Amino acid sequence: MSKPTTVVFHYPTDKTEMPEGPYAIAGVLVETNAGWRSVRPIIADDKCVQCDKCWLICPDGAIDRIEKSYTVDYDFCKGCGLCACECPTKAIRMIGEGEAE
Amino acid sequence: MSSEAAPERRFISGNEAVAWGVRLCRPQVIAAYPITPQTTAVEKLAEFIEKHELECEYVNVESEHSAMAAVMGAAMLGCRTFTASSSQGLLYMCEMLHYVSGSRFPIVMMNANRTVAAPWNIYGDHRDSMAMRDAGWIQLYVENVQEALDMMIQAYKMAEHPQVQTPVMVCLDGFVLTHTYEVISIPTQQEVDGWLPPYSPSENVLDLNAPKSLCISVSPEWQTEFRFQQQEAMEAAKAIIPIVDTEFAACFGRGHGGLIEEYRCDDAEYVLVAMGSVVGTSRLVVDQLRDEGLKVGLVKVRFFRPFPKQEFAALAARVKGVGVIDREVSFGYEGALYTEVKAALVSGAGNPVTINFVAGLSGRDITKENIATMYRKVIASAGGETEPEMQFAGLRWEPW
Repeated sequence: MSKPTTVVFHYPTDKTEMPEGPYAIAGVLVETNAGWRSVRPIIADDKCVQCDKCWLICPDGAIDRIEKSYTVDYDFCKGCGLCACECPTKAIRMIGEGEAE
Repeated sequence: MSSEAAPERRFISGNEAVAWGVRLCRPQVIAAYPITPQTTAVEKLAEFIEKHELECEYVNVESEHSAMAAVMGAAMLGCRTFTASSSQGLLYMCEMLHYVSGSRFPIVMMNANRTVAAPWNIYGDHRDSMAMRDAGWIQLYVENVQEALDMMIQAYKMAEHPQVQTPVMVCLDGFVLTHTYEVISIPTQQEVDGWLPPYSPSENVLDLNAPKSLCISVSPEWQTEFRFQQQEAMEAAKAIIPIVDTEFAACFGRGHGGLIEEYRCDDAEYVLVAMGSVVGTSRLVVDQLRDEGLKVGLVKVRFFRPFPKQEFAALAARVKGVGVIDREVSFGYEGALYTEVKAALVSGAGNPVTINFVAGLSGRDITKENIATMYRKVIASAGGETEPEMQFAGLRWEPW
């Protein structure tokens, strides 16, 4: 899985730097994007069986796997809850953004 | 492509001439939906493809909207493309016209000028393409069948010019040009291949090795800058259009002029301004009135967008009266061409009287007598007589 990363986008500073027409390089993110999340997944490591389902199903690639540990990238997680829904051991629960910290 | 060289002279209709002009430019994708009076143009192209005289993908589509969407998709892959429509079909295509021009794809299309319902009618006037005035396309109007063929070839050169990258609509008067036969000269494939290289965009085209997003959404922070580019491209086209015609003339032995063509205007005091097939009839009337000693001339507007503002500003200083023939009306104001001409005249020195003649609606003939009357009214008005500023030429219950 490729984790989302941001790139530094050089915006045109004068008309000679403008693309001739509305096109741009594809597949890049110029800023983090999680502002509309209202709930977030919390992973309970003691219940996790390392099945990879959450890591595979995340539509944004926002779940990172290092060795056998999973962490959520809250810069890109939209809070859709697919990971919590698919987790076979209910190791992931969704909590309100207000409850987090 | 057939190895057979195109014959030099042929007796063909305007629509067939369009098909020949397009064929010689070797488009890779054509998508079109038939509508009278455009049908025989795209039928002829389909026939060329069926006979393998033109190697091209012809996409049968279910509507004009889809036709333009299909050729836009092909243009995104760097293909040279063609489509054509008319009247109700052009209006149905409207949304995609804006998409194409805003996305800067150099698509070339033919429009067979026909009025718009209601009242329903298949015959010619300029109501359809005038309604597309602000769609961001270069719009040109041809006078005869030879010019129709030649301008298809020139249209690709203009549209694909790096400083232009703007789609071009070539307008032919329905029936009077699309279905009228003339003996014309058809260039050979070798000549056109030498003059018009294959379309090969390096930017604004999909590339598997360097993925891009085309036709992107643009936020308010940047939209103005892209619109500015479209205006700059149109302004650049004003200079490029006459250069393309000069180069064409050097290669093919005939040219058609720049944004306008003046006919016997050098010492003229009274001029008529016209677009499309009526220009041909008007030339005869100018000759006739010149024989009577009247100092009359004719301005043929070849390009409606970009509009020949500077040319009319210069004309304002030289003439006493200007009449403008409009083959449509913007109800509640006046003919659309008249509005543009009047505004451009004001930006020059001098103050000629102006009259708007609305004529030739929905295929009604504009006779030589009608045109002579227009000249006499302009002359009378410049001489101080009262004439209504806007007149419907030849209303059935008013003598002309």
